[in-house]
Amino acid sequence: MDRMPAWADAILVPLISLLLAALLSAVVILAIGENPVEALNLMVAGALGSTYGWGYTLYYATNFIFTGLCVAIAFHARLFNIGGEGQALLGGLGVAVILLYVPWPHWTIALIAATLSAGAFGAAWAAIPAYLQAKRGSHIVITTIMFNFIASALLNWALVGPMKAPGQEPATPSFAASTHLPTLSDVFGLVGIQWSSAAPANVSFFVAIAACVALWLLIWRTKLGYEIRAFGQSEPAARYAGISPVKIIMVTMLISGALAGCMAINNVQGEAERLVLNAAEGAGFIGIAVALMGRSHPLGVFLAAILFGFLYQGGAELALWMNIQRELVVVIQALVILFTGALDNMIRMPLESLFLANRRRRERRGGGGGPKPDRKSTTAEGAR
Amino acid sequence: MTFMTKFLGASAALALSAGIASAQDAADPALIFDLGGKFDKSFNESAYTGAQRWADETGGEYNEVELQSDAQREQALRRFAENGNNPIVMAGFSFATPLSEVAPDYPDTTFVIIDGVVDQPNVKSVIFSEHEGSYLVGMIAAMASETDTVGFVGGMDIPLIRKFGCGYAQGVKAVNPEAEVIANMTGTTPAAWNDPARGGELALSQIGQGADVIYAAAGGTGVGVLQRAADEGVYSIGVDSNQNYLHPGQVLTSMVKRVDNVVYEAFSTEPSEIETGLTVMGVGTDNVGYAVDENNEELITEEMAAAVEEAKAAIASGELEVHDYTSDESCPAITF
Repeated sequence: MDRMPAWADAILVPLISLLLAALLSAVVILAIGENPVEALNLMVAGALGSTYGWGYTLYYATNFIFTGLCVAIAFHARLFNIGGEGQALLGGLGVAVILLYVPWPHWTIALIAATLSAGAFGAAWAAIPAYLQAKRGSHIVITTIMFNFIASALLNWALVGPMKAPGQEPATPSFAASTHLPTLSDVFGLVGIQWSSAAPANVSFFVAIAACVALWLLIWRTKLGYEIRAFGQSEPAARYAGISPVKIIMVTMLISGALAGCMAINNVQGEAERLVLNAAEGAGFIGIAVALMGRSHPLGVFLAAILFGFLYQGGAELALWMNIQRELVVVIQALVILFTGALDNMIRMPLESLFLANRRRRERRGGGGGPKPDRKSTTAEGAR
Repeated sequence: MTFMTKFLGASAALALSAGIASAQDAADPALIFDLGGKFDKSFNESAYTGAQRWADETGGEYNEVELQSDAQREQALRRFAENGNNPIVMAGFSFATPLSEVAPDYPDTTFVIIDGVVDQPNVKSVIFSEHEGSYLVGMIAAMASETDTVGFVGGMDIPLIRKFGCGYAQGVKAVNPEAEVIANMTGTTPAAWNDPARGGELALSQIGQGADVIYAAAGGTGVGVLQRAADEGVYSIGVDSNQNYLHPGQVLTSMVKRVDNVVYEAFSTEPSEIETGLTVMGVGTDNVGYAVDENNEELITEEMAAAVEEAKAAIASGELEVHDYTSDESCPAITF
């Protein structure tokens, strides 16, 4: 084995990254003359201390699960989909179109229709960069980023023009009451649990969980999932095995875009109940950090999404109750993203060599005159 | 600032032991700024000034928040309401939709919305007669202009801003029917409130077309308009707050909208005694008007002042009616 144990990879690395981010944030808060301990207390109490706080944490988490899964599935095929933001915006358009212009008798049917429509719009938005990558080799990172801008311009046009409700704001009219999703308070009320009715978390949280399970099944229990992973590991090998790169790129990106689009059932149908400008509010980009932190595994994405939901809701509480400017709240959130996402290897590499060194020392001490089994780890050391 | 620090120091111990930080005095008022941010030198800052004046005079404390996103509007409203803050004052028309959903849930809390109208029993809606104030600064602009061409830079293209532009154009034409008014809007989205670079470009283009007085009704974008006008040596007119000090001697005047008075009054009144319903603030009560201070007193000649004061009195008495764009979404003096 030339790798560290799985538990260290999945738990220790993110934990240390988080700790470093927290430490640096504490320094930032100290530097502006506030108390970091109190800030942390405020964040924990505000995000996790009440069903109200949980309601917001889970609402944000639902967004991040969808966008995290969107990035994760693409990662498995070694595609870097940075277009989650645009795909989520288009998903919002899909939800608005289907809910505004079709009368729905009940929210269950409306939810299914909205999910399908949001997914279709998101997938369609991802399809063009995917096609360009598969057929023309235009790099997907560049094209998906550019498509984010096109998406926001398109939404601007729609909300200032044809879909605008009368009044001052660039937004659509509110959706019909029959399409409003039950909040978690309604759901938990059925089983007798008191839950704050003010928070926006709604049944789409369960759709997000279902999406996690479905994606896990897809990636590790189906032929398509195997092909996606094989393609991600090595394109020449996959090609040699008869896997069509064009098909894998297209299918993966369609699923990825659909997942990002589905976020709109939470923020557009569930929360705002109308489509406003910039409805995705950066969740598409947070999804990248969530997928990185969750090691592209649906369970990891789920947990990382909860963490980022906590950061978002906790950050909002900081802005509300402490003398911390909104720009600094963004700084703190960005530090966590930086450490858990971008600087992942900064923690991973030293930790890995630490583990390996430890193991070698143990083996040397315990192994005595026995055969030296770790030829592999020597090579690993050489490579390092 | 200081009261916050003091308060935080005192409550830190309590928060640590209880694990709950919202130990705020429940009856404190609260103020929510719009996306432009607290220090936009314009609309939001005016609200902040009013709250601060109240805090300085009474030694009272208040909660405030600058929003990061639209989704936080409802969250901030609910959070303050559940915390017991009363009254809750918000600056900006964008709060109208979330407030109409939130207000019925907290019937004992009084909400005050500035620039928007929400028809609920516990909401006071305050709107300003910006067209009247704009009419007055339009008159000043026309009298100061030597090229008989004046400019208008709006923020986001919404009826509210057209109301500014329409009043302005009427004032200009009242003085000089031959004068030309060039009007540009910065954009169609909320980003237009905070785009000083584009504001500067629009100002430059209007100067190129001969404008020598430019009125900016564009929130944070206006800072760029005023800057560029000063750089190019033409006059500008500020908005909302008194912005004369930004470029002394070069800002002709400011169309002030006393948002600070609204916040100050709301904070000073017992929440249950705040008169709910629609309030219109006009030139008659001096809540809308033009600013004269040491930075611009030399620019406003006596005859200008006399003419404007006369018009102001006529508007206040109802003798002179300035057309309000939002009443029928059309303007007799200018087309947008």
